[in-house]
Amino acid sequence: MTLESVAERHRREEVPQAFSALDDKGRSLELLLPGILTEFKPEIVATVNLVAATVNAQDIVAVCRVAKEDPHLSFDYLMCLCVVDYVEHLQIVYHLYSTTFKHMMVLKANVSLDEPSLPSVMPLWVGADWYEREGHDLFGVVFEGHPNMDPLLLYEGFEGYPGRRDYEMPEYKEW
Amino acid sequence: MELNIGTGNMEPRSMLNRAAPGVITAKSEQLIAMARKSSLWPMTFGLACCAIEMMSTYMAHHDLDRFGIVTWPSPRQSDVMIVAGTVVKKMAEPIKILYEQMPEPKWVIAMGSCATNGGPYYRSYSVVMGVDHIIPVDVYVPGCPPRPEALIDGILKLQEKIMNDARERGRKA
Amino acid sequence: MVGLNTEGQLDTVQMMVNMGPQHPSTHGVFRMVLWVDGERIVDLEPHIGYLHRGSEKLCEGELYAQIVTLFDRLDYISNLNNEMVFCRAVEKLMGLDVPERAEYIRVILCELNRVASHLLFSGTFGIDAGAMTPIMYAFRDREKIQTMFEAVTGARMMHNYIRIGGVKSDVPDDFPQRMGALLRELKQGIDETDRLLSFSEIFLARTKGIGVIDAETAIAYGMSGPSLRACGVPMDVRKDEPYSVYDRFDFGIPIGEKGDSWDRYYVRVEEMRQSIRIIEQALEQMPDGITITPSRLVLRPPQGEVYVRGENPRGELGVYLVSNGADKPYRVKVRPPSFCNLMAIKELLKGTYIADAVVILGSLDIVLGEVDR
Repeated sequence: MTLESVAERHRREEVPQAFSALDDKGRSLELLLPGILTEFKPEIVATVNLVAATVNAQDIVAVCRVAKEDPHLSFDYLMCLCVVDYVEHLQIVYHLYSTTFKHMMVLKANVSLDEPSLPSVMPLWVGADWYEREGHDLFGVVFEGHPNMDPLLLYEGFEGYPGRRDYEMPEYKEW
Repeated sequence: MELNIGTGNMEPRSMLNRAAPGVITAKSEQLIAMARKSSLWPMTFGLACCAIEMMSTYMAHHDLDRFGIVTWPSPRQSDVMIVAGTVVKKMAEPIKILYEQMPEPKWVIAMGSCATNGGPYYRSYSVVMGVDHIIPVDVYVPGCPPRPEALIDGILKLQEKIMNDARERGRKA
Repeated sequence: MVGLNTEGQLDTVQMMVNMGPQHPSTHGVFRMVLWVDGERIVDLEPHIGYLHRGSEKLCEGELYAQIVTLFDRLDYISNLNNEMVFCRAVEKLMGLDVPERAEYIRVILCELNRVASHLLFSGTFGIDAGAMTPIMYAFRDREKIQTMFEAVTGARMMHNYIRIGGVKSDVPDDFPQRMGALLRELKQGIDETDRLLSFSEIFLARTKGIGVIDAETAIAYGMSGPSLRACGVPMDVRKDEPYSVYDRFDFGIPIGEKGDSWDRYYVRVEEMRQSIRIIEQALEQMPDGITITPSRLVLRPPQGEVYVRGENPRGELGVYLVSNGADKPYRVKVRPPSFCNLMAIKELLKGTYIADAVVILGSLDIVLGEVDR
């Protein structure tokens, strides 16, 4: 039985979903968030260990400001800013952490592949600087309002966006 | 008493051998090569993980100072460039500039599998598959990372190469 | 011709200096373009990416068990800690339990790796400040640790030992006795390095008051690890969100006061002593049992995403893993501690001397392998 036939059989069967096991802080966040973020109409989902809220890409700065300044949330630490390529759209994922309450949440925003741009969160957290440059470099996402969008990781003149799924995994070639 | 064995380049029974029996002669290229191999000064050029094993080799346990090897930061005064680590396309230009800044005679040791042929990053979009696409390499030391003993073996092979080149080709060609 | 300008001061011109990718004090291939006025840095521009190997994209093409070797090479000084964070991420996604003996072995080796990493830091920081001897002592102790790693895992550096579900194989039979002897020698070694360097007057003059950063700025930049704890913020993943078996040990977290370079250095020296405390307790409590949960070779985790944090010697490593049910991950994002610590460099270095810039960069303890990935 080759690896391909196992994969094909697995594709025909249903893909199992991961079991979500939130701890106490996650559960209390899951109850708090819909009340605080009502005006932005978020979709709140519990992933494996964190609460995730999906909002509109253009509202992201306002949502982050509420998340940072609300006294029950107080997310003053940007843990990670990541771009994921789901083939029809790009998703920008923000992991936020609070040093006072020690809880963590995930914020997600979707942008289309034709016009991948959304406002930058640098006015709130200075530490978003290089994350956004890297997202622009590897995925082509434009963060409006960022002071400096020069390439960070790739050399000048690199063509294409290597982070995206349609950039093929290169096979071994000499040069 | 006549010596029947030759010493150095002299034949037995030659006049010089009979006149000065305890003298050894050699070609000047061989003497210069022996001086060069005994005092190789590498440029500090650790790129990635192999640099940590290279630092371990310089330190007290596997001492490289006993071979005359003193690490030197400036390329203008060093003999050997030990390329330790992955060569990335963004770094290819600086490596070429540094190699050209080194004065002759110079040698290059490619340490680790990343510098030899790309190593574990052989399918990456931004890695040069081996530093020998950019600069000529004399000795390849395999390993990921190579043990300090393996790096010492590579350096000793480079020393043999320096002596062999002097013997066979006169000067470093 | 040198003359006085309108304010009565010497007329100077700013010079642009390149502290290039090859430099003995940049700890790897890191480039800074400095604008200097005399000896003071007026402005700077950091350039990274000279070691960008595309690890995150490569992870999408490899099976889960093969990715552990890629994680080894990210922060190449604390290999076992990286492996542990990735294996914990996959185990959390799959709901896989790790046997107790394996957890204890993981904790012992990770803390030993923390000691080795801080020893290398104290040696190279001494070199940055001009002291040539402490690095010899530090590497002497590091060699002993690496010999121990070789006995347990089979390799001095890229171990590939912590696997998904446990560890690769059991420790040798004489492990407790050898570890006891090693810990005694390490305690002496740390005290020696401490006596040599930490309170030496020249070292204090070079590091006290240099590169001060306050707590709010550090949190805004996302700094973590000893660089943040030196500013007075008690943030440590092992205490905030205890993972593995860290909640069973009694250890302290050193916190600094002023946030200068000396604080960042001394916090790490004290952390070494606390790590030895953890290892001693773990050796006493270690139970018998199996060392890996048997699982398939080609793992197919369920669909979902997970974010896991771990306390690396340099700070907090985060792994964001997205899986779509296949045998290869959909997206692996690594949140490196040195990336965030290095973002503060522009603010830290403005207005300092070039010599102080070397000391400040050394005190942040960055590893370019994880900054560039």
